[in-house]
Amino acid sequence: MKFAHLIWGNLTRKKLRTTLTLLSILVAFVLYGILCAVKQALIGGVELAGADRLVVRHKVSIIQLLPESYQARMEKIPGVAAVAHQTWFGGVYQDPKNFFMQSPVVPEDFMPMFPEFLLPPDQLKAWQQTRTGAIVGRNTADRFKWKLGDKIPIMSPIWGQRNWEFDLVGIYDGAKKGTDTTPMFFRFDFFNESRSERARGYVGWYAIRVKDPAAAAEVAKRVDAEFENSPAETRTEPEGAFVQGFANQMGNIALIVASILAAVFFTILLVTGSTMSQAVRERIGELGVLKAIGFTNGQLLGFVLAESCLLALLGGGLGLGLAWLFAARGDPTGGMLPLFHLSTGDLVTGVAIALALGLLTGIFPALTAMRLRVADALRRM
Amino acid sequence: MSQPQPIGSPLVHIAGVEKYFQRGAEKIHVLAELNLAVAPGEFLALMGPSGSGKSTLLNLIGGLDRPTKGTVTVAGERIDQLSDRQLADWRARHIGFVFQLYNLMPVLNAERNVELPLLLTHLNAAQRAQHVAAALALVGLSHRAKHFPRTLSGGEQQRVGIARGIVTDPTLLLCDEPTGDLDRKAGDEILDLLCALNREHGKTIVMVTHDPHASARASRTVHLFKGQITNEAVK
Repeated sequence: MKFAHLIWGNLTRKKLRTTLTLLSILVAFVLYGILCAVKQALIGGVELAGADRLVVRHKVSIIQLLPESYQARMEKIPGVAAVAHQTWFGGVYQDPKNFFMQSPVVPEDFMPMFPEFLLPPDQLKAWQQTRTGAIVGRNTADRFKWKLGDKIPIMSPIWGQRNWEFDLVGIYDGAKKGTDTTPMFFRFDFFNESRSERARGYVGWYAIRVKDPAAAAEVAKRVDAEFENSPAETRTEPEGAFVQGFANQMGNIALIVASILAAVFFTILLVTGSTMSQAVRERIGELGVLKAIGFTNGQLLGFVLAESCLLALLGGGLGLGLAWLFAARGDPTGGMLPLFHLSTGDLVTGVAIALALGLLTGIFPALTAMRLRVADALRRM
Repeated sequence: MSQPQPIGSPLVHIAGVEKYFQRGAEKIHVLAELNLAVAPGEFLALMGPSGSGKSTLLNLIGGLDRPTKGTVTVAGERIDQLSDRQLADWRARHIGFVFQLYNLMPVLNAERNVELPLLLTHLNAAQRAQHVAAALALVGLSHRAKHFPRTLSGGEQQRVGIARGIVTDPTLLLCDEPTGDLDRKAGDEILDLLCALNREHGKTIVMVTHDPHASARASRTVHLFKGQITNEAVK
């Protein structure tokens, strides 16, 4: 610590240059933080997926419906503990930009299947007693300032091109950090009876809870075998794979994010490395004086590395802080990225990247400083 | 570690020292078979034209460079045999440097500059502050302690440089043209200060200079020419 003023003094010697470098690093880390939050929003559901849950969809495509009658057949398949179905509703609230997921479900099947949704028992009871009842996650309730008892009109372009009106009877919270609390769920019986007769008796997809997660693959095969050669063949996969596949419709998100960040950080590496090299070149004479006084090669190496690490950590820390503040405000798209948040893991990785940036950009100038011959350096004062 | 010095033995003993630099295929001799002794408490001036080897000799005495041949013994220790790391530690303990261009850190104020060599000791912050205050008082710059080098005159900067050189109470003070960048008045003040340090505080000083006026203040002057001692004058 007794060398802190020396390191800080050197860092602030050229204030404009240091500020500009700091800003470059800051912008890179803001971008890192936001891209990580986007990635989290798109594929974060994979991490949250239940290990003991399978998703059964139509073999052709998720938009093809499956008969409701499949549920009873699935429940009889060995290894299946419970079954619940969902259907894509695709509605908007008041304005097309107010999009969030809605799905008709059977409360008695749905709530035990998804214990990550925490609904107070009295609200569950009210839902079961109210045919037009709906529950919504805390995120969406806060977003639209909904409260229990409100009448919620949802316009669905898929199911009848009309406004559906629901009674808000429950607001659920997430059991885990990162649980998506944007969807709205309402009763399937109300939905089924209210849609056109042609579509009745069909659902979007099924969730299956298996008795033994280790046997999930075997159960998936049995489910698909059960409906083989039927008009609506199925494809069964773990919930994580299902979510991943859904996200992959847009491409390999992780690879895209990694590629952008690699390009950004490579540029920053060059910018910061050049700044540090120049900073050391400019004070070769001063480094010679320090050596003459008795500072060791190792100490000079440490000074330069400490300087570059401090610069990178300051810029990185500020950038990550800004990104975190931005992400803490929630989904910036108004419903398209409900899981948008900067995870602790990504923050820690960001700090590690900043440290690595500091070490990488500092090591060559530091070695130059370390290898200086005192007499030569003093001549360059 | 320094050996105990027998009474009357030199503080600096240079024996048969040669130094040459290789420039491509050419070998440039800077010092040739040079012998020199500096007694404790002496104020020695090294004079000579450019390229005569006086700065190289000062670098050898200060452990900034090693001879190609011969031995350099300071305070009983063969410093030409020390490793880089050992030399750095040795310089921190035994040598104070004063440079022609002051060589202060522009990002540190006067007292922080003076404190630099003390950062290599085990003194705590309060003890370091005491030593710094004493050194600045000795060079008459207590009132300028918080000033940065750019706000000090050349003479003041050199005083800060001297305070930095003596703050650890080194065995030997090495001055490379300490008045070379100063006007006559400021130069005289610096020479007065060095003389006082030598006379009143017993500091052994070796000073490189071009200036006969400066060398006249030393107790002995050694003239170098083409890497050899050509003349000695004792005051």
